[in-house]
Amino acid sequence: MKDFSRIIVLLFCFVAASALHPAFAAEEQGKHESAAFSAKDVIMEHVTDAYEWHITTINGKHISIPLPVIVVGQNGLNVFFSSKLEEGHGSYNGFYLSESEKYKGKLVEKNASGEEIRPWDFSITKNVFSLLINSGILLAIILGVASFYKKQKKTGELKAPRGFIGFMEMIVMNIENEVIKPCIGKNYAKFSPYLLTAFFFILINNLMGLIPIFPGGANVTGNIAITLILSLFTFFYVNIFGTKEYWREIFWPDVPIWLKVPPFMPIIEFVGVFTKPFALMIRLFANILAGHSIAISIVCLVFITASQGPALNSSMTVVSVLLSVFMGLVEVLVSCIQAYVFTLLSAVFIGLAQVEPHTVKR
Amino acid sequence: MLLSVLLQAVVSYTGLGAAIGAGLAAVGAGIGVGRIGGSACEGIARQPDAVGDIRTTMIIAAALVEGVALFAIVLCGFILK
Repeated sequence: MKDFSRIIVLLFCFVAASALHPAFAAEEQGKHESAAFSAKDVIMEHVTDAYEWHITTINGKHISIPLPVIVVGQNGLNVFFSSKLEEGHGSYNGFYLSESEKYKGKLVEKNASGEEIRPWDFSITKNVFSLLINSGILLAIILGVASFYKKQKKTGELKAPRGFIGFMEMIVMNIENEVIKPCIGKNYAKFSPYLLTAFFFILINNLMGLIPIFPGGANVTGNIAITLILSLFTFFYVNIFGTKEYWREIFWPDVPIWLKVPPFMPIIEFVGVFTKPFALMIRLFANILAGHSIAISIVCLVFITASQGPALNSSMTVVSVLLSVFMGLVEVLVSCIQAYVFTLLSAVFIGLAQVEPHTVKR
Repeated sequence: MLLSVLLQAVVSYTGLGAAIGAGLAAVGAGIGVGRIGGSACEGIARQPDAVGDIRTTMIIAAALVEGVALFAIVLCGFILK
């Protein structure tokens, strides 16, 4: 333990010492004034989707993983690698990356009257590719753990699992017993698969988003389209499997007549059917997006102060490193909490929709 | 006449409004989560056996309150764009 803390202190001193020499960025800015550092651009390019996976830039040359672009435009199906877009200076076969306000950064083509339109875009973008990778990881972990139990069922022996399998059993049983069973009640087994899948999916995507290098680093759960689909699933589960009593309580609740006839309560309850999953969507999206933005801004601190001289820059580097470590730990905590809260609230909403008719005491 | 002079001097306060909104959201989150933490500490002081339950409840309540504050931040972000 003492050796470990010594190594950490040495690492910090090394980083601080390496920042004491004049920052190269200051010299670059003397040479060409056009490249002023914009933290906002850096943040946007890291949290938004892209047609290629940009890894780094060495000596002005971008090193990125080209991803397939699959579009159905006016001339039919086009499948090509995004490196072709790079070679053609942002344009290929009539498709080009738009600069307009509406379609900024997306692939467009010009229709007959010269306006920009979006073709049907089924490209494997950075977020899609990351989704596939993370889903692969999720499947590998969960199915690998499940095979242990399947083997046990076959042979009939009941050994307690150890190591990683035991860890996963602890988490799964905790969620099953503390969240799903109490919230849903009788037929919890029908909703258990979805809720556990949602928890692990969100957890793995959140954690992979924190790793700065490929295959992590894509802002998956911070993309509102993905959280929209997750909350849409919860919406379907709540409302399709909701009992008749649930719908009756929304539109004709057991309250005095003056509350339900001019449609006060039915309208409010009906709006509530939509606002609850909407809140789920916004909560997850905003938490993860805010976390990523803050983490990137802390790293950008170093570059913003690069032109202010070596003393300020080196002290800002030390501050930035410390804040980055702290922020990274907070982000891990937020990832786990947000996955847990999404699952908990989905379970609560599903449980609320599984009402049985009350016997009225007259 | 005075009215037309006043109307000509109108300046767009959109950015200012959005920035103040985001700041107020942060204040709201701070007050809310602070109160949750305070009540949790008092609860643990009164009954140290229940530390586990109180800690879990505190974290869940804090996540929900922060969700509300983040609605406001996201809205202000959209307005600022």
